[in-house]
Amino acid sequence: MNALEVCDLKKTYGNGVEALKGINLNVAEGDFFALLGPNGAGKSTLIGIVSSLVNATAGETRVFNISVQKDRSRAMAEIGLVPQEINFNQFEKPFDIVVNQGGYYGVPRKVAKERAEKYLTQLALWDKAFGPSRQLSGGMKRRLMIARAMVHEPRLLILDEPTAGVDIEIRRSMWRFIREINEAGTTVILTTHYLEEAESLCRNIAIIDHGEIVENTTVKALLGKLDVETFILDLREPVDRAPEVDGMVIVLTDPTTLEASIPKSRSLNRLFRVLEDQGMEVKSMRNKVNRLEELFVRLIHADEGQTASESPAVKRGAPA
Amino acid sequence: MTEKVSARSYWIGYQTILIKEVTRIIRIWAQTLLPPVITMSLYFVIFGAIIGRRVGEMGGMPYMDFIVPGLIMLTVITNSYGNITSSFFGAKFGKHVEELLVSPLPPWIILAGYVSGAVFRAMSVGVLVWLVAGAFSGFHMHNLAVTLTILLLTSIVFALGGFINAIYAQKFDDISIIPTFVLQPMTYLGGVFFSVSLLPGIAQQIALINPIVYMVNAFRYGLLGVTDVPLWVAYAMILGFGAVLFWICMRLLTKGVGLRS
Repeated sequence: MNALEVCDLKKTYGNGVEALKGINLNVAEGDFFALLGPNGAGKSTLIGIVSSLVNATAGETRVFNISVQKDRSRAMAEIGLVPQEINFNQFEKPFDIVVNQGGYYGVPRKVAKERAEKYLTQLALWDKAFGPSRQLSGGMKRRLMIARAMVHEPRLLILDEPTAGVDIEIRRSMWRFIREINEAGTTVILTTHYLEEAESLCRNIAIIDHGEIVENTTVKALLGKLDVETFILDLREPVDRAPEVDGMVIVLTDPTTLEASIPKSRSLNRLFRVLEDQGMEVKSMRNKVNRLEELFVRLIHADEGQTASESPAVKRGAPA
Repeated sequence: MTEKVSARSYWIGYQTILIKEVTRIIRIWAQTLLPPVITMSLYFVIFGAIIGRRVGEMGGMPYMDFIVPGLIMLTVITNSYGNITSSFFGAKFGKHVEELLVSPLPPWIILAGYVSGAVFRAMSVGVLVWLVAGAFSGFHMHNLAVTLTILLLTSIVFALGGFINAIYAQKFDDISIIPTFVLQPMTYLGGVFFSVSLLPGIAQQIALINPIVYMVNAFRYGLLGVTDVPLWVAYAMILGFGAVLFWICMRLLTKGVGLRS
């Protein structure tokens, strides 16, 4: 069964902006699915329609085969939403926020309290549970929204940029939690600007741009489309010029750093042989940019004839 | 395991909204429960004890006794309306109304929860003001059933009106315009301080368009046994207004006006 089915979904806002132009999308039950796209691509509109915060202009969305448009209450019972913006009452205590949300989903108060303790503990917020929520840090507020979304133990968890503005340590602990939730059987849909996040967490991916799905495949298949990868090589000793290797583009960016663009058809061994022959010792090596980011930028700018390396917008771990 | 949608889950949802509202009202009692008691005490001192003595009788009873039902009703109306506008608009402004909008709760449960919260506050301050009034003019109760039903129905009608105001409001100014420029004049001209029968012919007819006249008079009947309008007309008017406002609220909530894009 599909956890989510989106059928010919269209949304035109009152000001005439066409946010979704008839998109189709399926997310299988148990999947960890990434929804990527630049700002204004239509990701949040899509999530808004799935969670019933936005009315669709045409088309249908089904959650576990229940129509959001025709049977909203039953469909909503299956979804847990972590929105992009902080949207809890900051004058309330985290514990009350989570327990009350459970009540809105029909979770008896006693059970809601037990679950609030469980999820606030798992998300390292239990020591803050009875203080004012407005005093929580940005990362804590995002974790609180995850605990709130989990209190009714939904079968589909939707996270709209959950780690935006969160430091790397907290981000990784959130990834761990979400991965565990997914392994326990909850379908997870994640929108993110951190493409590294999508690459390391998700199995399937859809890229949305200008209200249309421009790619919908597995992360593995998408990465397979990458024909050239660029590596940064740090050398132990400075050199005067970059070595020449047939079929590869190697640039000396500073006396101890080489930037090598290598087609997938070429072996890295060949590069290392040449470097060794010329007496260059490689101290360390890394990808220039996240592999998925390269593809993402390429897909998004496909119609503009721009390549990944030309785009100034995408940096590793930075919003695209 | 996802909770299933059922009558029980809706009941839990309704209770949750009500508990949240009641907790909020009690937590900020100095803003919600105390001010109307102080204001009405001043009304009783000035208009009842000081000016009232010079006015003499109104409607066949001491002026102090006459204004008690109207002042209780004034409190009930402003608190019912004010509670729901500030609470629901606050939730909308702070975006935490989305907690409810993404939940399985149907619109009528959300409406019932907020209206019940407003009724709780209105009835609480109504009882408090009644106790204060008792200290000035003694406790009167002609018909408990009429008193309570009118109090309850009036609270519901103005809570529904306040809910519509909160749905359309875009900024905090928008929730103070109606109470200041519509509700307050209607209440003051609705027979709180005078008997409608004192008005000259045409003014009396105009006054009878004001629904608050019916509420104040029916409530005055409940406490003191006197009224300028027939009781059944008052009930019909209040129920009619309530039905229309409920229908409007449901339409707005179902369509998501001001709430869903």
